Amino acid sequence: MGALNHKFNENILITSLDKLLNWSRSGSEWYFQFGLACCAIEMMSAAAARHDLERFGAMPRSSPRQADVMIVAGTVTLKMATRVKRLYEQMAEPKYVISMGSCANSGGPYWQHGYHVLKGVDQIVPVDIYIPGCPPRPEALIEGLMHLQKKMREEPVLSNKEG
Amino acid sequence: MTPQEIYAQLSAKFGDSVIEFQTEETQNPTVIVSPSGLEEIFKYLKDEEALQFDSLMNLAGHDPDPESELVVIYHLHSIELDHYITIKTFTDRESPKVDSVANLYGTADWHEREAYDLFGIIFEGHPDLKRILMEEDWEGFPLKKDYVPAEFYRGMRIAKEK
Repeated sequence: MGALNHKFNENILITSLDKLLNWSRSGSEWYFQFGLACCAIEMMSAAAARHDLERFGAMPRSSPRQADVMIVAGTVTLKMATRVKRLYEQMAEPKYVISMGSCANSGGPYWQHGYHVLKGVDQIVPVDIYIPGCPPRPEALIEGLMHLQKKMREEPVLSNKEG
Repeated sequence: MTPQEIYAQLSAKFGDSVIEFQTEETQNPTVIVSPSGLEEIFKYLKDEEALQFDSLMNLAGHDPDPESELVVIYHLHSIELDHYITIKTFTDRESPKVDSVANLYGTADWHEREAYDLFGIIFEGHPDLKRILMEEDWEGFPLKKDYVPAEFYRGMRIAKEK
């Protein structure tokens, strides 16, 4: 065994590939750093010192190429919707979407008379987790992320996500 | 100068182009002027020694109801002499045309683009009159009272499902 000699002493770790990959993936939910409205303030608050998202391995990335999770935090206007879709397409697989707040879930207060607002971001990108609230508190966002972790851990890595 | 004096001076200078003076407790003292020759009036307001309106604080479009004329409202302030006046002009609903003041006040550039974007008011003489908030391929002017939203925009549903 050479280099590994005596490194583990008497400890032996046995796991499945699925579990190992899912564990590492769920422990590094790097999220895409962009905000569309007031929900983004709560997202920033969740990332800052008091709530400290980095406890869960979630840290903001400024490029879609490096991000695993897209948090759609705020009102998706029709003008922004095409950009949101493009940014989602630029993220590398596996990728997840969290829809944060009433606006991203369903259009929120713009449901009836918002001529410029998309009535739910799930019309343009597949959403994994919906977080209700207007805006949701940081705790709610953290719970959403933990639900996503749960979802990631139960995912069979080697089979097709769409299937 | 008081708003009343400003109105008297404008009225003496421009005659019929200056239509009316309104003063009520619920609104700022307002001078109503005709949309043609507007640029001349603003040039005078800005350059005249006794007026010196050097700051255009706001420019807004307004549509009171589906049958009315469209309105453009200007809020002027003189930093030098510290007096205020509000100018209003009414324009035809079918072909709304107002002189641009963007060459006199830098503020007016984007504000006129906004009024064009949301109310469809054409500001004649504006250096670059195009949409500022909505996408450039957007159809219609959303803040007009008779505006009906389209069902789809680029394949995305706008109106809620019945």
